[in-house]
Amino acid sequence: MLAYAIRRLLISIPIILISTFIVFLLVTYSGDPLANLRTKQPIPPPQVFAKYRHQFRLDQPVLERYWHWITGVVHGDFGPSVEGGGTLNIGHELGHRLIVSARLVIAAMIIAALLAIVVGVISAMKQYSIPDYAFTFTGFLFLSMPVFWFAVLLKEAAIWLNVHAGTSLKTIGDTSPIVAPGTWAHFTDAVNHLVLPTIALAMTSYAAWSRFNRASMLEVLNSDYIRLARAKGLSRQRVLVRHALRTALIPFVTVTALDMAAILGATIITETVFQWRGMGTFLLDGIRNLDVYVVLAWLLVAALIVIVFNLIADLLYGVLDPRIRYE
Amino acid sequence: MSSRPDERLQAERARGGPHAAQTEEVSSPNAPLQGVALERELVEAPDREFTVAARSQWSMVVRRFLRHKLAVVSLAVFVAVVLLAFVGGALWHYSYQQYTNDYSVGPSLKHPFGTDSSSFDTFAQVLRGTQRSLEIALFVAIVATAVGTVYGAIAGYFRGTSDSVMMRIVDLFLTFPTIAVAAILGDQLGPKANGWLWIAMVLAALIWPYVSRVVRGVTLSIREKEYIEASRALGASNSRIIARHVVPNVIGPVIVTITILVAQAILAETALSFVGFGVKAPDTSLGLLVSVNQTAVQTRPWLFYFPGFFIIVIALSINFIGDGLRDALDPTQTRVRA
Repeated sequence: MLAYAIRRLLISIPIILISTFIVFLLVTYSGDPLANLRTKQPIPPPQVFAKYRHQFRLDQPVLERYWHWITGVVHGDFGPSVEGGGTLNIGHELGHRLIVSARLVIAAMIIAALLAIVVGVISAMKQYSIPDYAFTFTGFLFLSMPVFWFAVLLKEAAIWLNVHAGTSLKTIGDTSPIVAPGTWAHFTDAVNHLVLPTIALAMTSYAAWSRFNRASMLEVLNSDYIRLARAKGLSRQRVLVRHALRTALIPFVTVTALDMAAILGATIITETVFQWRGMGTFLLDGIRNLDVYVVLAWLLVAALIVIVFNLIADLLYGVLDPRIRYE
Repeated sequence: MSSRPDERLQAERARGGPHAAQTEEVSSPNAPLQGVALERELVEAPDREFTVAARSQWSMVVRRFLRHKLAVVSLAVFVAVVLLAFVGGALWHYSYQQYTNDYSVGPSLKHPFGTDSSSFDTFAQVLRGTQRSLEIALFVAIVATAVGTVYGAIAGYFRGTSDSVMMRIVDLFLTFPTIAVAAILGDQLGPKANGWLWIAMVLAALIWPYVSRVVRGVTLSIREKEYIEASRALGASNSRIIARHVVPNVIGPVIVTITILVAQAILAETALSFVGFGVKAPDTSLGLLVSVNQTAVQTRPWLFYFPGFFIIVIALSINFIGDGLRDALDPTQTRVRA
């Protein structure tokens, strides 16, 4: 098990290297980081260009640039940013924004998973009942609803509630800047800001996951060993919890991990609507400013998260499913 | 390690594929559903002996699909949306970039979806955006299916080193969020205006790996079937076996997968346009319309709700059609007896 985990981690290293190299080429050849400088009026003197060319390592060959970047990353240096004339520390900013986004992603995933399990089980046990049809329809509806549209709608609903029902749901930003960090007020404020984006993000994952859990639960409930368990006189509840649920939920672990990349994608959109200063808006600003090293840092972190989550899911699978053995 | 979890998952996801029909030892390879059909005919024979002709695979599929009410309704809605977008869009008396001299008026007979503050007719704009979404859907469906099917079939059929290398390449694609990569590529490499084709290409390039994974999973089980062995014994080449036996038998799972992926591609394009990295003005898209009008939800709700409503209708109808096809192509399901 441990040997397997270590081997998988070691295999991940070349994957990360290759994928970052491809991404590096892609980003390098997709835009000119000095383009915004070129359109400035009056056009800056050539020395300025030379300075920036040197700062962004544009005077080096691509392979050398990649080597500089990847060795820098190992030492915690993510390269120069266009932002603030090259003074922004990408690693520092990334760490801060990662924490902000992690709150949102983790909360949304937990809520989506719990909801999907409950709804999937109810749907499977009462197959073709009215609740099943209702859940199926809402599932398909959320599967087909653009997350940004739903998010804007949520925002409007919250504003209406704030005006008419006296609630004080926060609709913009990740925290209020005036509240001092580290206090109880800061915590409740952050939670308040979290509510709406979490709902928006959770619903997109919930839709697909509840469908998956329903199908997987149905398959288990129709299997022979469940019939046997019922036949030998076990109570319905015991059969469900002890026998059916565990088997049915094993593949779900993998699904959540496989969906990690999609969740990160949806986070970008959600953060844009709610104007969070998180990972998503960091990437979009980076693309807008042609900030090559910001984009690279983002993709590196995203790839790492996806790979680690898949590894954890595979290992969990081995723990949960006795048929799987890792040597 | 015995089997990788994700492979088992794929096999599970691909269930309902032709490999599930195992009623006869060596059934007609291109019509695995007939195995079930024959069995059913035999069971029901006493009632209507000699009165029922044997059904082909596809007539079975069509019959099953037609029993799925929601899927049939969705197909009708989808066809209606296609006609409305392309025929209606061509006939409608306003163009999406034509000033109408009616500023921010609500829905009326003249402007069914109202107008915006620049006096553009929202109905014409929504139709234009719908065209864009449908064109992207069609492009992604064709390209991702073709590339993904061939790639997955080759990887699953030959197995071994080529399979691992090909699948690791797929893993590379799946490591990155589609939206992020599409935003980077769509914004910087693509032509600045009228870039829908470029976005469609980027989305197709990011979506085919998902198809190839499904195809590989199904191929892995098909290649062990007796009819493949029989075909090889008769001297068929690998390319012939892939083209004649593997690809036709993975069509079912591929159709189901691609409907879901196409719905996701449509949502991805609207999301890209929403954050400003997709279709750009002067062209328009449903996502761009929602983005531009998101601040007008309360003052001029028609600007926000109609484009969003069209996105949902398109994606929802495709998803339901996919659900109907899943039932229709699954020979093991017993809910709807054709």
